Amino acid sequence: MYLDADSSKCTGCRVCLTVCSLYHFKEVNPKKAALAVDAKFPKPGHYEVRVCNQCGTCASVCPVEAISEKSGIYIIDADKCTGCGECVKACPTQVMFLHEDSPVPIKCDLCKECIPLCGTKVLFLKD
Amino acid sequence: MFAERSPFGFGYGGKILRVNLSNGKITTEPLPGKLVRDYLGGRGFAARILYDELKPGIDPMGPDNKVLIASGPLAGLFLPAGGKITFAAKSPATNSYGDSNMGGHLAAEVKYAGYDVIIIEGAAAQPVYLYINNDKVEIRDAAKYWGQGAIITEDMLKNDLGREFEIATIGPAGENKIKFACISHDFGRQAGRTGIGAVMGSKNLKAVAVKGTKSLKVADPDKLLEIGKQAFADCFKHTGWKQWVAQGTAGVTVWSNQQGSFPTRNFQSGSLKGYENISGDELVKQTLVNHKACFGCPCACGKYAKTVRNNKDYYVEGPEYETAALIGGDCAIGNMADLTYANYICDELGIDTISGGSVVAFAMECYEKGIITKKDTGGMDWKFGSIEAFDKIINMIARRQGIGNLLADGVKIASEKLGKGSEKFAMQVKGLEISGYESRNAPAMMLAYMTCDIGAHHNRAWAITHDIQVGRDIIEGKAKKVVELQHIRPIFDMVGCCRLQWVELELKLDYYPQLLKAATGLDFTWDEMLKASERVWNLTRLFLIKEHTQTFGRQFDYPPARWYEETVVNGPTKGSIISKANIDILLDEYYNVRGWDKNGKPTPEKLKELGL
Repeated sequence: MYLDADSSKCTGCRVCLTVCSLYHFKEVNPKKAALAVDAKFPKPGHYEVRVCNQCGTCASVCPVEAISEKSGIYIIDADKCTGCGECVKACPTQVMFLHEDSPVPIKCDLCKECIPLCGTKVLFLKD
Repeated sequence: MFAERSPFGFGYGGKILRVNLSNGKITTEPLPGKLVRDYLGGRGFAARILYDELKPGIDPMGPDNKVLIASGPLAGLFLPAGGKITFAAKSPATNSYGDSNMGGHLAAEVKYAGYDVIIIEGAAAQPVYLYINNDKVEIRDAAKYWGQGAIITEDMLKNDLGREFEIATIGPAGENKIKFACISHDFGRQAGRTGIGAVMGSKNLKAVAVKGTKSLKVADPDKLLEIGKQAFADCFKHTGWKQWVAQGTAGVTVWSNQQGSFPTRNFQSGSLKGYENISGDELVKQTLVNHKACFGCPCACGKYAKTVRNNKDYYVEGPEYETAALIGGDCAIGNMADLTYANYICDELGIDTISGGSVVAFAMECYEKGIITKKDTGGMDWKFGSIEAFDKIINMIARRQGIGNLLADGVKIASEKLGKGSEKFAMQVKGLEISGYESRNAPAMMLAYMTCDIGAHHNRAWAITHDIQVGRDIIEGKAKKVVELQHIRPIFDMVGCCRLQWVELELKLDYYPQLLKAATGLDFTWDEMLKASERVWNLTRLFLIKEHTQTFGRQFDYPPARWYEETVVNGPTKGSIISKANIDILLDEYYNVRGWDKNGKPTPEKLKELGL
C-alpha cells in the first residue's frame, strides 16, 4: 500500500505539506514535508503533486543499509543514517528531501495524515 | 514604542526587516511585545507603525512614504486559509492610511524567512527589486524587469531565482504611478486597493522576492494539529463548500444581479441585461483551466482561466466577482471572453480591476454625456460595452497618455478637473472608487462604504446581506451592525487569515482565539481581539484626521451625489434612492455607536478606553 496522487484535482493549497511537517516535526514548514507540490504557472496553469510510492529505490542505494522495509513501507533508521544523500539523489519521484535542520532525509512513512485534509481528494491510498 | 523586546517566540516570525532604498541600509529589529499585545499583527502592525513613523502631509509618492508588508500570527500555519498578508502605505488615492490584503503564498513565505513585517523606506535612484532569502537580504538591480507586465515579471523572476521564490511585483501602471496600481503575486492574486503599487513605483521598487526555509515553531503543536484538523473538517462538511470550490466568488454574480446590487454602467443601474453570460456557470463552461487556492485554503476560490483572442491564448486568474461587477457590469463588458481578456489586461498592466473598472466606466459615461469627446479619444467610440474601448482606455491610463493621464489619478481628481457635473457620478468615497455593490437600496452597505477607513471598499463590512435580512428600507439600527462587522472582519487581516471560511462556510469565530493560543501561547479572548480591532479602527481614523486637520469633518464620510440625487434606472432596485437626511441619520447613529462626536472624531473618552 502506498500514497498516490491525482494531480488534476490539486488546487495548490499545500495543506498536505503543513500537516506533514507539523505531525512529524511538531513545527510548521512545508520544506520539511515528505511530498511536494509544483505550481506550473502561468502556463499551462496546473499543479503537479509528487508523492512517495514506496518503490524502495532509496533502500537499494543506501550505502549503510539504513533504510528497511516493514509491511511495504520503507523507513529510515536515524541511528544508522549518515546523511550522505545518496537516496535523495536516487529517488525516482524526487520526494526525499534534505533540510538544513535535519541530518536525516525526510521520507514518507505512510502516516496518512495528509489524506483527509485534502478537500479535493488528490491524495489516496493504492494497493 | 520599539523599546520592549518581544517575549514571543511562537507563531510569529519574530523580526521586523527594515530596508532603506535611499541609502541601501538593511536592518532587523525584534518584534516588540507591546505591538503584539495591542495590535496582534498584519493590518494592526501596519496601522501602528505607519501612524508613528509617517509625518503628516508627506507626499504619498515621495521617498518619505513607506511600504509595509505585514503578516499575521496565524499566517503560514496549519489551519484554514492562513495565507493573507497586508500591504500598507499612505495611500495616493486617499492621502490617508491605505492598506490592501493579498492572498497567495507570500504571507507564509515571509514568515518562513523569519519576518512578520517588512518596512521599505526611501527611494532607489534606479529600478531595483528586493531579494530576501532567509537572512540574506539584498537590493538588486531590476533594469531587465522594468517596463514588463506583472505576469511576465513574476515568471521572469521565478526563472532567474528559482520557482520556489514567492514574488510580489508591480506592472507598468505601478511604474507610472497610476493611483490605482496594484501589487501582483502568484499569477492572479493582488493587493489591489489604495494604490500601493504606485507607491512601490515611486520608490523604483519593481518587486519583492522571498524565499524562506525556516520552521515556524508553535506553542502547542499537538493542540494546533487537533484544532486545525477539526476546523478543516468543519469547512469540508459545510453544505456551501462544493459550490464555493466550483465557482468561487464568481458564483455571487447571479445573486447580485437578482438583488439589483450589481454596479452597472457606472452605477446608473443595479443589474446588467444579459448578466447570465458572465455568471459563474459560464466561467466554468467557457474558460476554467484549474481551481486555484491560496496557502492553506480549503475553498480554492481562485479560478484559473484561459481565453483565446485573435488566435492568441491569454491565461489569467478570474474574473472573480469584483472584476465581473466593475468591468462586466460597470463597463457593461457582458460576455465571458471579453471580460476574461479585460481581466488579463488589468492584471498584466498591474491595475486594480475594481478602481480600474470604475475609472473606465466613469470615462465611458463622460463620453456618453459629451464631457469626453472624440477629440480626447482619438476618434474612437468610448461607449459602454466596447472591449476595444476598454482596452484603449486602460492602456492610455497605464501609460499616462492623453486623457489617460488625467484618468490615472482616479475618478475623484479626474472629475474635479473635468467638471461639468461629473463629480456627481464620480463613484468614490474619500478618493477610493466604490467596489461591487450598488447600495441605494442597501443602507447598511452604503454606510459601510461611507465609513470604511481606506475609502469605499467592501471588505471591512459586507453588510448587504444584513440589509436583505432585516429589511432594505430600514435605516435605524443599521449602524450597529456595520460597526460590529467593522470590528470582526479586520481581525482576519490582523491574524493573517482569509475571512471567507467564516463568511461563506460559517466556520465558528471561537476557533480563532483557540488557534491563536495554540500557535502563539497568547491568551486572547474573542472580546479582546475585538477590542484590538476597534483600537486599529480608531487609529486609522486618527490618521485621517491628522492628515486633514484643517478640513476634517463628516463630509469625508458622504457618498457621491449620484446615490442621493438620482434613482437607480434599471433592474430589481429600479427607482430606489436614499435621501440626504437619511444619510445623516445613518452617520449620526454610526458616530454615536462608535463613541465619536458629531463631526466623526473619536472622543477623548473613547481614545482613553482604547489606550490611544
